[in-house]
Amino acid sequence: MSKLKLAILFVPLALFIGLAAFLLRGLFSDPTELNSALIGKPVPAFQLPNIYHPEQRFDQSLLKGKPVLLNVWATWCPTCRAEHEFLNQLADQGVNIIGLNYKDDSRAKAVDWLNTLGDPYQQTLFDEKGSVAIDFGVYGAPETFIIDAQGIVRYRHVGDVNARNWQQTLAPIYYGLEAQ
Amino acid sequence: MKFVITLIASLLVVLTVNATEVRQFDNAQQQQLYHQLINELRCPKCQNQTIADSNAPLAKDLRDRTAEMVQAGQSRQQIIDYMVARYGDFVHYQPPLTLATSVLWWGPAVIVLIGLATIVVLVRRQRRIAADETPLSDAERQRLAQLKRTAEEHSDDR
Repeated sequence: MSKLKLAILFVPLALFIGLAAFLLRGLFSDPTELNSALIGKPVPAFQLPNIYHPEQRFDQSLLKGKPVLLNVWATWCPTCRAEHEFLNQLADQGVNIIGLNYKDDSRAKAVDWLNTLGDPYQQTLFDEKGSVAIDFGVYGAPETFIIDAQGIVRYRHVGDVNARNWQQTLAPIYYGLEAQ
Repeated sequence: MKFVITLIASLLVVLTVNATEVRQFDNAQQQQLYHQLINELRCPKCQNQTIADSNAPLAKDLRDRTAEMVQAGQSRQQIIDYMVARYGDFVHYQPPLTLATSVLWWGPAVIVLIGLATIVVLVRRQRRIAADETPLSDAERQRLAQLKRTAEEHSDDR
């Protein structure tokens, strides 16, 4: 039997292994985790009040100048409660975090949360109707965007930020941007 | 029987009344465009529902946004582009033909073509083998006849 014929005999096996590997990977991927459409694009323009002082308003320039995490949270979101302590730790380490309060039950409740649990955010934006969140493509809370010094979205993390995914994924991106 | 009919009828009502908000549009075209859009935009929060089907708060927000844009006179394509710019191709139930999705579009056709090509190759090979068989020479034919005779004689012996 020639070498070519032998090779052709193994084609179905190779196809099968390829398909099996593809499907196996699918088993371990989370279909609820969507890629952000904003990666590599500038942050959308917005006008939002400060959660403590609604008369003070911020626009997208708040997210420029240095790398920053934009953390989307709300008091109705249990996972946000779970990650809050870790965000406090990151803030203590000097990580820049801006909060985006997303459709919370009330401003007072959100302020109370920050006063009780600690405030890891340099500023917290109050998105009462969730309209700015739509511009960011937010589809749940918590979500955390990594934004570079030029205001370009570099990464979007869905779900809680914890020590494991911070060290494995988020920190290398964030500190990589800071080193630039 | 009456009960079954009532049950089926009520199920049909439930199935048709999904997007419950009553909205005012300037004209029937806008009304139609709105219903068309909310039935082909996909809720990002829910894995496989349109924003018309879903009760998720985000789906309602997206219906509101769609209605606002339709009322403002935006076109179908403008509204779809707006949603895709924020939520990616995931948000539209008719994803565009890109390199990543081309496998889905062309894959089945390619597999059928491979199958057809295999059949053609096999049939041709069979025909070639048949054509290659040279007829028996006279000497071979005599020998064959002799062998057959011998075989018959032996079978008679038994």
